[in-house]
Amino acid sequence: MATMTMAKALNAALADAMLDDERVVVFGEDVGQLGGVFRITDGLQARFGDKRCFDTPLAEAGIVGFAVGLAMSGLRPVVEMQFDAFAYPAFEQIASHVAKLRNRTRGALSVPMVIRVPYAGGIGGVEHHCDSSEAYYAHTPGLKVVTPATVADAYSLLREAIDDPDPVVFMEPKKLYFASGDADLSTRTESFGRAVVRRPGRDATLVAYGPAVPVALEAAEAAREEGWDLEVVDVRTIVPFDDATVTASVRRTGRCVVIQEAQGFAGVGAEIAARVQERCFHALHAPVLRVSGLDIPYPAPMLEHTHLPSVDRVLDAVARLQWDDQPDARWLTDGVSA
Amino acid sequence: MTTTPQAARRASPRKRRPATPAAPDPAAGLMPQAEPVRLLNSDGTPLPPRADYPEPPVEALREMYRRMIVGRRFDAQATALTKQGRLAVYPSSRGQEACQVGGVLALRDDDWVFPTYRESMALTARGIDPVEVLTLLRGDWHCGYDSAARRTAPQCTPLATQCVHAAGLAYGESYQGRDTVALVYIGDGATSEGDFHEGVNFAAVFKAPVVYFVQNNRYAISVPLSRQTAAPSLAYKGVGYGVPSEQVDGNDPVAVLAVLNRAVAHARAGKGPYLVEAHTYRMEPHTNADDQTRYRDADEVEAWRDRDPIARLETYLRARDVLDDAAVAEIAEQAEAYAARLRERMNAQPTVDPLSLFEHVYAQPTAQLVEQREQVRAELAAAQEEDA
Repeated sequence: MATMTMAKALNAALADAMLDDERVVVFGEDVGQLGGVFRITDGLQARFGDKRCFDTPLAEAGIVGFAVGLAMSGLRPVVEMQFDAFAYPAFEQIASHVAKLRNRTRGALSVPMVIRVPYAGGIGGVEHHCDSSEAYYAHTPGLKVVTPATVADAYSLLREAIDDPDPVVFMEPKKLYFASGDADLSTRTESFGRAVVRRPGRDATLVAYGPAVPVALEAAEAAREEGWDLEVVDVRTIVPFDDATVTASVRRTGRCVVIQEAQGFAGVGAEIAARVQERCFHALHAPVLRVSGLDIPYPAPMLEHTHLPSVDRVLDAVARLQWDDQPDARWLTDGVSA
Repeated sequence: MTTTPQAARRASPRKRRPATPAAPDPAAGLMPQAEPVRLLNSDGTPLPPRADYPEPPVEALREMYRRMIVGRRFDAQATALTKQGRLAVYPSSRGQEACQVGGVLALRDDDWVFPTYRESMALTARGIDPVEVLTLLRGDWHCGYDSAARRTAPQCTPLATQCVHAAGLAYGESYQGRDTVALVYIGDGATSEGDFHEGVNFAAVFKAPVVYFVQNNRYAISVPLSRQTAAPSLAYKGVGYGVPSEQVDGNDPVAVLAVLNRAVAHARAGKGPYLVEAHTYRMEPHTNADDQTRYRDADEVEAWRDRDPIARLETYLRARDVLDDAAVAEIAEQAEAYAARLRERMNAQPTVDPLSLFEHVYAQPTAQLVEQREQVRAELAAAQEEDA
């Protein structure tokens, strides 16, 4: 067991994967000599040579399309999109080819690869550097979508993503890159495809993923003062989604708040809320609520704290879980009140 | 005799600046010829041989002719199958036979082809079962042939996206010590797409052995070439990426194969990618669903009949005494038999299994897909019970 940052754990995962499997190649913009703008690929080129870790022309569709070809030839590409919003030029390659090639060819071709996307905000970044783009990928059958919230999971999930036979969009919460935690790199957390109860509790379940997990944990801690004992479930793998763990938790607690940093409308949280409602209806004492970013383009740095789900916003939602068995006043009016 | 100072200066070699050798043109060796390479006249008579593009062996040209005849017959049969409702749609490549066949003839079996939806003829010329080729257009699955075994990517419907795949595949192959070449078929319209530029650039930077083969057939559905580019010709698009480029008369089968042979040899020798633009013409509408009278005159189409690649090659091969009436008749018979077999096989209704929808989405279906599969299975069982 060692204490390290998530950035270091991701770096170690890449290095160990390259060591274990010579088919693994790492490439993207500035990932070589510089080691990536977040230093996730730091030292890989020096250690493994510039054929296994290399810079490419500055073209995201090109990077992902090139990875498709490399995977067809039998290699295991791990590519870095420098920032969430800079991955959009690659979206056609991801949605039309990466996600579909196995299906289009009835399994004759498969393109196992990892597309690493530093995502989400909370770092004071200027525009186009803080998008939460997970819903676009999660909505695309054929992709797996993963996002770690802890240092140990960052290592384990990335190792498993690289070994996975399917393409994985690996969403790295930027604001957690330099948060430290304990990780034992010699054991896997068996995290892929499995949600985990981060904090047990009896009264309500907070479901969160990626950058929202620390917010949920902090809210659960603060809720103790209000007399609520909250359970926190970390989704970890958005696709494939672990219904069983989430459902089991909500059936135990009878109440659920889904937290995501992304804008809320048609988001992953909406999907989770719908699934919980479908599966846990008879166990629920209150509607499933969502706490999310606002339905706005990601705001300028000086305004982002208003946009991001906060502990207070989570506690407000928890307070509305009909503890007194009264309907939530907010939903009693017809339509939308101004 | 008196001399003026000016004359003295002119006469004195000492006073002249030493001649500096002209800096070498950095684009030399990249530029296409100003005119498309031609080895046959429009009437099939040979032009003088050229050292830069040696004529392919006559046996290869005879085989090219055979495959072009079979290819054209296949193409006509596919169009007929569309009219009979057997295919959802068919984009014909009639008139482009020299390119369709030349592209695959220039390759080894272990080379890779990255085709578009218009390359059905090329794929059958590569020896892929025509029923498997037409699976996409019949609609019983997307790609009907085994892409990995046939070293042929699925036919690409999004434009130019395969340009980057080919760069990656070719680089990956050379990275692993194999001398595979990848050939990408694209059209004139696709050279406007970003992925064309990213693909050619990646291939150039990584010295990937790719031949980008642009069939410039003058139209992207209805939009003429003048709306795609202001370049002197599409071949010039390679130069900016440091890629040697050439243009060829795409209806001259001898020149097409000669130029592609050189391009493939260049790539295989580890010198990086090559761009070839073939000037050709789509004799049929974009697909059976298209109305070409809205954007081009019948006169224009008629004029291209005089440059028919098959007639041109036949004239040439007859003059070389490697083709006679008997051989022409025999090849025509082969083509008829090929079409008849295809017609017969395509008349059988394909069986499709709704439960196969859940296969090949992931290596293993997710829990959610297993759930949905069970739901569909139950729906099917209920429907069957109702029928019974």
